[in-house]
This record gives sequence, structure tokens and C-alpha cells, in this order.
Amino acid sequence: MKRSGARVVWEELAAEGVRVVFGMPGGSIMPTYHPLSEHRIRHVLIRHEQAAAHAADGYARVSGDVGVAITTSGPGATNLTTGIATAMLDSIPLVCITGQVATGLIGTDAFQEADITGITLPITKHNYLVTDVDALADTIHEAFHIARSGRPGPVLIDLPKDVQIAETEVAPVPWRSAGPFAGDGAADDDEAPAGIDEAAMFLRRCRRPVILAGQGVVRSGAADLLRQLAERCDIPVTTTLLGKPAFPWGHRLALGMMGMHGTAEANLAIQEADLLIALGMRFDDRVTGRIDAYAPMARKIHVDLDESEINKIVPVDVAIVADVRRTLRALVERCESIVRDEWRAAVDAWRGESRERDLLGRPSDDVLCVPRVIDELRRQTAGEAIVVADVGQNQMWAAQYYGTDGRLPFVTSGGLGTMGFSLPASIGAQLAAPDAEVWSLSGDGGFQMNLQELATVAQEGLPLRIAVLNNGYLGMVRQWQEFFYDERYESTRLLNPDFVRLAEAYGIPAWSARTPGESREAIAASRGVRGPALIEFQTVVDGDEANVYPMVPSGAALHEMIRRPVPIRIATRRGDV
Amino acid sequence: MKRTLVALVEDKPGTLNRISSLFRRRAFNIESLTVGHSEREGMSRMTIVVDGTQTDSAMVEKNLRKLVNVSSVEDVSDRPAILHELALIKVRTADGRRSEVMQVVEAMDGRVIDIGLETLLVEVTGLDEKVDRLLEVLRPFGIAEMTRTGRVAMVREASATAVPE
Repeated sequence: MKRSGARVVWEELAAEGVRVVFGMPGGSIMPTYHPLSEHRIRHVLIRHEQAAAHAADGYARVSGDVGVAITTSGPGATNLTTGIATAMLDSIPLVCITGQVATGLIGTDAFQEADITGITLPITKHNYLVTDVDALADTIHEAFHIARSGRPGPVLIDLPKDVQIAETEVAPVPWRSAGPFAGDGAADDDEAPAGIDEAAMFLRRCRRPVILAGQGVVRSGAADLLRQLAERCDIPVTTTLLGKPAFPWGHRLALGMMGMHGTAEANLAIQEADLLIALGMRFDDRVTGRIDAYAPMARKIHVDLDESEINKIVPVDVAIVADVRRTLRALVERCESIVRDEWRAAVDAWRGESRERDLLGRPSDDVLCVPRVIDELRRQTAGEAIVVADVGQNQMWAAQYYGTDGRLPFVTSGGLGTMGFSLPASIGAQLAAPDAEVWSLSGDGGFQMNLQELATVAQEGLPLRIAVLNNGYLGMVRQWQEFFYDERYESTRLLNPDFVRLAEAYGIPAWSARTPGESREAIAASRGVRGPALIEFQTVVDGDEANVYPMVPSGAALHEMIRRPVPIRIATRRGDV
Repeated sequence: MKRTLVALVEDKPGTLNRISSLFRRRAFNIESLTVGHSEREGMSRMTIVVDGTQTDSAMVEKNLRKLVNVSSVEDVSDRPAILHELALIKVRTADGRRSEVMQVVEAMDGRVIDIGLETLLVEVTGLDEKVDRLLEVLRPFGIAEMTRTGRVAMVREASATAVPE
């Protein structure tokens, strides 16, 4: 039976297990949209193509499978690029299908023609321009395989209009590419990876080890093994931003997040360590601080699926190019139980000092600061909501204060730091986990970068909880201006709309909270709503409580943190200030 | 220190673009890159010379391997390999120095492949040092035009005896 290219698209997507796609039709993709209603795939109509990519990304991060976005040619395709780059830097599997002008018109500057395969060359894991309908089915399956396998990433398929219309005799491919996040294909291989004995030897000999857990731990499903290793060998664990779900928040060995806005205990432990065990992380500059002063006493073991990450930033003593789960399984087998009282006592002392400085330890007053909002959210949701954080201060505070048992996805744009990510990504997150409580957290700046997606949320009737943390500034930029740019708040003050009335215009019930008390009530009220709900939190604009601490200034060593000023009560007791 | 990488790549539209885009994006410094058909249909062989003082050739190798269209990459720098390039040199022969130029070219294992009224066209193949030397001695005569292919490389069979240059 002959099939049109359009039919091939939907049938092969279904064969790959796709249930939801995010997109918007336009001239060059209309033939593909035409038979959509005959297929059992849910199409979510977004309001801007950037959001299609972010929604697919959020879907991928929560489902653990490939997210799919579909748009027209030209501007439809170029609008995807920020979302594709976001997925590329965070290793998220996407398949983006873009319409293209008919093959005969390619290269003529036709209406809505853009060289999207050329444009996305450096921000995709791979891309295709399909000019022969007979090759389409195989190309789609290959794209899914590439997106999922090894280190995952986005793949783009550019599909000219005439190829969507042309018919092929090629039969449906009853084939599903390798499973989600298939690792190096050897994740379930029992064979120990090369370098493991050397790693075990370093681990036996060290006195002050620290584990650096990245997203690779989460994606390879190695969180249990990580906990086993940490407990057996008494090793403190710090995570990257995206590695947050790798380790339980309240665990006695948990150091919290590392890096620029990491905890003091994590950063100090790294700087004092004699062994770093880096698992599925890539030594981003936001994690290492000044590289020549990074963990100067430590030997380094680096486990990563992608060999090009080894020795890219930090020269390592042992490199293991393998799936984290497979590596940890072998490492746990090779390690005997050890107790490190001295090292743990040092870490606990740093942790204790951090607690003294913490905002939440201060008496609650009428000032609403973001940590208090997020802490309240954590209490009311029992740490069991899926949090989709935007970028900036809100993101760092969400990472610092939304503690979970280490199982739930923490969805945020890490590598690219894409403001405007949260709202569209939370649409995908909610569709991947329809029964979960999903909270989108944004600042007032980032929220306005994709607020048109309120319409999508309303149209789809998604039970999203949308928190806008409004301090009337591009908060993180403001913080840098305060610390490093002479307190000159150039172009960061935002004149904002009335967010409550804005949400109501979309038919979304909304609240505004100005105090901790109001914020508690608004969160509780919003959780009782069946459909979407929005809360604007009017948070403190300046002073100590408006800044994210600790902060490692750009270019400083990890231990050179700007700490939150010690509250006077504690300072007097200790005799410093 | 020059490092020579040999890659087997798919002969598909965009492959060279992907590779050059990678070099640009990662700020890899490349001395030369040659590409042409290989013994396998649909596959090209590429020789890439990297200035090891500026660019870590291991990073080039590892990143190339990640490209879907690249089937294999090998660093042949420390292996017994033939590393040859070809140069075409147009040398000025005014002032009646034609025979002098021809003698030099012959002595240095070059080949005169075309003779004009004002110039000679010389071809030379071999190690880049050999090409460098010939260029050096021809320079005083005046070089009107020159083009070099960059290295192409092939690993020798382990047991074979070395062929004299």
C-alpha cells in the first residue's frame, strides 16, 4: 500500500512510542498536519515555536523518553533554535521535524525558506534534509536512535513540502530504536569498564573523598548505586544543578549543590578533598570556579559516557569512558566498608555554619523572600512536586530550597541558561506526568519571555501551578550589578503588568501574595483548583534577602565565596563581624 | 608538534561542512585537511594535520568520532606511516636561468611538468620537509605561484620494509 510522506511521519512516530507532539502548523508543514486526526497522537498547539522545543524538552526530561516538536519552515524552524540549543547543552533527546520549501525551490530564497540544517549544525547531535520519500521512514527511526543512544541530544529532520506529499511503497517499519537513554549500549553489561581497578585503588587509599554527581547519574538510573557507594565508603556527595535528583536531600552524606551558588560545605569539601569522583558531569565553569585553583590537592576520577568530556577542562588521573550505572556497579563490588569520622566531622562543621547563616533560620517577618516561598511550597507539597525552574535567582533558590528525596525530576535549563524555559517546559512536564503536581517557577523577567504559553496551558486545561516570583528586576543581573558593577542598576528594572489580571484574561485563576502569610494561603488555595492556577509572589527587591548566597564570583576559586552576612545575633556570640 | 589524523567519513552532502563546523565551533586550529575517495564505495578518507602546540589533537579525535558521518578516526603520528603531500610550484626562469632551475629540481627529486617562456612548472611529492627544502632553494629564482595539497597519510604494513624516500 502506498503511503504519503505525511502518513509515514505519523506512523513511524507512533512506532517509536510517541504519544504527544508539540507544534504549530504553517505553509510548508501543512501536508503533514492534514492526516493528523487519523492518528492516535496528541498534538499540543503551542503559541510560539520556541515553546514547542522547550515543551518537548520538558516532556523528555520527565518521561525519560524522546520529546517531539513539529513546525513549519523559515521562521517556524528558526524559532526552534533556542530550544534545540538548550536541549543540546543539557543532553536531552529531542526529534524536531520542520517543514521545508519544496525540493525544487531549495536554494532560491523562496518564501519562508531558511537553511535550518545549516543553522542547526552546531546545536544538534545530528540533522537530516530528507529529499527522497523512500528514505523517510528509516530516517525517522535513525533520528530517534541517535537522539536516545549514548549521550542523548536533539536531532532535526527537515522535510520539504513535496516529500510530505509524495508517496512511497516502503512498508511501515515495525521497529523501535534502542530504549530511552540507552547509555553506551552496555549499561546492563556486567563487564567492568577499563580503569575500574585503578579507580578502586585510589578510593581505598584516599582520606578525604568527595563524589560529584551529575545528570549522568540520574539518566543512567544509578541513584541507588550511588547511595550504596557513598554509604559503604562514607563519602560525601555533592551534585550539579541537573544532578540534583541523584542523591536524597536530607541524607547525612548530602552536601547539596556545588559551584557558583553551591553550598559552602560542598565547595569547601571539594577544595579540601584528596579525591574527586566525578560521575556523569562535565566540569562546567559554573561548577569549577577558577580552574587552576580547583581542588588542588585532589586526584580525579572522571566517569563519563562521552570521551570528549575527558580532560576537556580538568586533567584527570583516571578516566572511565562508560555508563555511570555500569561503572558504579563494578566500583561498589570492589570497595570495602570504611568509616571516615574525621572527614565527616569537618564536613558537618561546615554544614553547621551554613545553617547558622541561612535565611530560614531567621525569625519570619513581613518581608517575603523567595527562599521562604520555596520552603513553604516544599512543606505543602511534601517535596513531592515536579519543579520546573526558570533561569536566574529563582532557579538557584529552587535548587537550594526545594529538597526532595532524590527521585523526582528537577527540570531546568542548566547549560544554556535559557530564560523563558520554565512555562513551556512545564507544559511538557505535565503531559509526561499527567497525575503529578507540577510547579512552574519563574522570575518576572523570564516569565515574560514566553508568557504567551498561558494560552496553551488554558486551551489544554493543564493543572499546572505557575509561580511568578516578582521582584520587578532581572534579579540575577541586578545581583551582579550590586556586587560587581558599582550598584548601577542599568536596564534591569522592569515595569510589569498586573500578573493576576493577566492570568485572569486567559481564564486562569490567580492570586497575589505580599507576605509569608499570604503566600502560605495562596499556595494552599491554588492547590485546590482543578485546572491551571497562577500565583504572583511580590518578593523583596533589595538588601541581603534579595541576593543568592553563597556566591563564587566569576573567575574566583571555589572557596573564595561571598557568604551571606552572619546575622548579628550569631556574630556577637562568636565575637566576629 | 604536528599530529596527523586519518578519518574515514561518509561521502554525503554536508559531511565536510559538519567537520569544518566542528573545528570552528571548538576553536581547533587545523594546518591542513585533504579529502578524497577511499577504497570503499560511499566513503572518503580524510587526512587532518593539527598543530599540537595550539590544539589538543586528542580532543579533535574524540570530537570527530562523535559525528554520525564519521566512521573511524586514527592518530597515525606515532605509527609507521607514509605522510606525503604534493606541491605545484611555478618558478620564474627569466635572465636565462632555466637550465639552472631544472638542475636544482632534478637534484631534489622534483619534476618539471611544464615549460613556459617565463616560468617552469614543477611538481614535487613527499614529506612536507622535502617540499619545504625545494621551496627554499627555488625561492631565490622567484616563485610566481605555489599550491600545496597538505598531507595525505597511510599506515604501512607492519612487516614491510621501508621504501626509501
